[in-house]
Amino acid sequence: MRYYALIPFLPLLGFLINIIFGRGLLKHRAHWISVPVVGLSMVLGLMTVREVISGNVINEDLYSWVISGDFKVSVGFLIDQLTAVMLVVVTVVSFLVHVYSIGYMHGDPGFYRFFAYLNLFTFSMLMLIMSNNFLQLYFGWEAVGLCSYLLIGYWYQKKSASDAGKKAFIVNRFGDFGFGLGVILIFLTFGTLHYAPVFGSVSSIAGKTVVLFGYEIDLITLIALLLFCGAIGKSAQIPLHVWLPDAMEGPTPVSALIHAATMVTAGVFMVARCNPIFNLSEIALTVVAVTGAVTALFAATIGLVQNDIKRIIAYSTISQLGYMFLACGVGAYGAGIFHLYTHAFFKALLFLGAGSVMHAMAGELDIWKMGGLKNKMRITYVTMLLASLSISGIPGFAGFFSKDEILYQTYLKGDLGKVLWLMGTVTALLTAFYSFRIISVAFHGRFRGSHPEEHHLHESPPVMTIPLVLLAIGAVAAGWVGIPPLIGEAIGLHGAWFYEFLSPVVGHPSEEGSHSVELMVMTLSIIAGIAGIILAFYLYRGDAERAKALLKRPFLKKIHTVLWNKYYVDEFYHLIVVRPALWTARTVIEAVTDIGIIEAIVNGVPKTIGRFSERLRAIQTGLVNHYAIFMVGAMFFILAFILMVK
Amino acid sequence: MQYIFFAYLSVAIIGLSIFIITRKNPVHSVLGMLFMFIHVGALYLFLNAEFLAAVQVIVYAGAILVLFLFAIMILNIKEELQTELFIGSWVMAIPVVMGLLIMLFLGLRAVKAGYTGLHNIDYIKTMTHTKAFGKELFANYLLPFEVISVILLVAIVGAIVLAKRRLR
Amino acid sequence: MIELRWYIWLSLIVFTIGMLGFLTRRNLIIIFMSVELMLNAVNINLVAMSHYMQDMRGQMLTLFVIAVAAAEAAIGLAILIALFRTKAAGHVDEVTELRG
Repeated sequence: MRYYALIPFLPLLGFLINIIFGRGLLKHRAHWISVPVVGLSMVLGLMTVREVISGNVINEDLYSWVISGDFKVSVGFLIDQLTAVMLVVVTVVSFLVHVYSIGYMHGDPGFYRFFAYLNLFTFSMLMLIMSNNFLQLYFGWEAVGLCSYLLIGYWYQKKSASDAGKKAFIVNRFGDFGFGLGVILIFLTFGTLHYAPVFGSVSSIAGKTVVLFGYEIDLITLIALLLFCGAIGKSAQIPLHVWLPDAMEGPTPVSALIHAATMVTAGVFMVARCNPIFNLSEIALTVVAVTGAVTALFAATIGLVQNDIKRIIAYSTISQLGYMFLACGVGAYGAGIFHLYTHAFFKALLFLGAGSVMHAMAGELDIWKMGGLKNKMRITYVTMLLASLSISGIPGFAGFFSKDEILYQTYLKGDLGKVLWLMGTVTALLTAFYSFRIISVAFHGRFRGSHPEEHHLHESPPVMTIPLVLLAIGAVAAGWVGIPPLIGEAIGLHGAWFYEFLSPVVGHPSEEGSHSVELMVMTLSIIAGIAGIILAFYLYRGDAERAKALLKRPFLKKIHTVLWNKYYVDEFYHLIVVRPALWTARTVIEAVTDIGIIEAIVNGVPKTIGRFSERLRAIQTGLVNHYAIFMVGAMFFILAFILMVK
Repeated sequence: MQYIFFAYLSVAIIGLSIFIITRKNPVHSVLGMLFMFIHVGALYLFLNAEFLAAVQVIVYAGAILVLFLFAIMILNIKEELQTELFIGSWVMAIPVVMGLLIMLFLGLRAVKAGYTGLHNIDYIKTMTHTKAFGKELFANYLLPFEVISVILLVAIVGAIVLAKRRLR
Repeated sequence: MIELRWYIWLSLIVFTIGMLGFLTRRNLIIIFMSVELMLNAVNINLVAMSHYMQDMRGQMLTLFVIAVAAAEAAIGLAILIALFRTKAAGHVDEVTELRG
């Protein structure tokens, strides 16, 4: 019954085989190893999930990792309902992306490297979600960050790609620093890092305070906020969202797997996992909710005006992650995780669809150079359309159920909740708008590229379209496990199965609403979604003359400029972080530390050694007798020493 | 009487040792060594170790010295007689060795045979030395004895490998 | 009665002569002989100790030393022959590769 331990270690095996034999033996056959191991791990994962559904929660230590005094950490697995959901998401999406990559990365010189990194990522992500202690969580957390860095900078010859990798890594450092401090603080407070004892005794420290820089701070709030720092970085929330759009420099399957479906949702997972801690701190929950809502609206507005197909989807991801945090912040962890689960399908599908388009367009990203693709790429078009309908919250599709639940739960959360709900509903409208802007500009109308390009257009091979179709099924049907009771009753189904399933881990939301409120919220969000779609089609019909006409107005033009420049956040960071850092590097570190201290030591030590050895090599004659004389002399001194001591 | 014997043996051993290390012709050295080994064997007889005396003569004088003679055969003796005897910096060795001698002397000055075991002269006389030696060797020193035999085997193989002509 | 220390002094003197030979001679064969001299000095010491302590242990060690000396002589002389063959060298100062 320990086959679940194989789930993460099979991809690790795949990684090792690929990294060792990939260059020499496997080359363009790297997927022969990578894809089956992930497939096997998916099968085992789904078996484990069935086990969990039948009521078996696994919490077991496999191996003592660190034992140092009171500090004991083991490699262990906790597979409960929350992990089960993540297992489905990670293994299924990972497997489909692996399959898709066979076609997408075909002929790339670093084929084996790509699959090795993908395997390593799958391993790290599985270690992260299956962990039963904070240190292993932290390990997985950093390891997925590493893989993200490696894969964003996969085409390292391109400066923009390697820069984007570095940016992702450095921006994540800010968040992970807080996360690391949070883990340390948990250990200092509880004396252990295992989930069970920490969450079991967390209520005993409620109300305790610590003094920090002269301020008295609630201990639980401090821990929760530090942990949330990590989530902000990893899940690209304001103010650390800047790395995710740049991360689109990586290959598209990577964007689908890492930067849409799995890694970026680790923050949401972690907050949901730590819900006993967050629940005890009203301030931390409010921070989470407000951050989520603001990010959702903020990113959606930027997404409205971008032209790069992957960047639009990236901003959409940030926005949807904001929704998830909003749900966690109002205590509806179940809804947040549900949205994570549905989002994984439709967002991975959007990315893979974009990848399919890029495949046909020889890597073109600008939606204004596409157009009319729906006739040439039927499968891609239909699947993209389904995903867009899902993300826009059209009833019946997966995204509708999760987004609706989040908005409903937010609405119930007092006055602040009403404000956040309003932001969420506006975001829903914007989401539908930018999603269908892609559909309308890229797939409808007429082709805007050159004639040879048009001739080159083709549907992707089956190895790419089959994952698209499978994900499309998920994007449509994944939500049916969490139908709200309101609709469930109407169509004679038992609703909210998903929330019941998760409730042993994350509990139930505290507020109870009435059907009429729910109906009102639902109607409004449906209206927002449909309005967004209609608006997008209206403005961007044909050659988008109406949208261009709108931009002639000075006021809208100004807004467009601000949005186009992403609110100047990058420029702002450049001014306050990058420039001072570079200045320090040049004037202080290079001039003083490097030349003055490090180089002085580095060059001085060998110089001194060299001077000594110049003298010493005189006695190195190569004559055995001389060495023996030194030996005898040494014996003399040793004897003299012994005699003297006596 | 014993004093005379001991005095003769000591003087002979020391004199032969000096003879060995100062000869130009290695054959002379080997012959000196032969006599020295025999004298050392006599000293063993003097110390009630008949078996060891026999081993000393057979192994050292009989086997090892023959090896040395074989090795000398490949030397060019005529040329050898013309060359320098000592290395260039031989003066350096003398103070060092003398210092060590003094230290060893100081250290061993006070040694006394404080402990007495089973194998006194009467015991060896009744048992005969070889039997007493064999009993001790095969009762208490069996493992070292086996190890020594393996070492000798290794030496045989090693010597053959090193000395054989390379097959091209 | 001859005292133990006389034997020790004898052995010390022989040992020192052997060491001097080892440190100063050029001829590799003589150097090997000097090693044998030193081993003999040690043997004298061991046998004398054994006699005066009325214990066989010293003589056991002597036997082993003789056996090891035989092995060492065989290997050493084999190396010597290999050296003659490859470098035509019979003196220590002709073999100074250790200087690097």
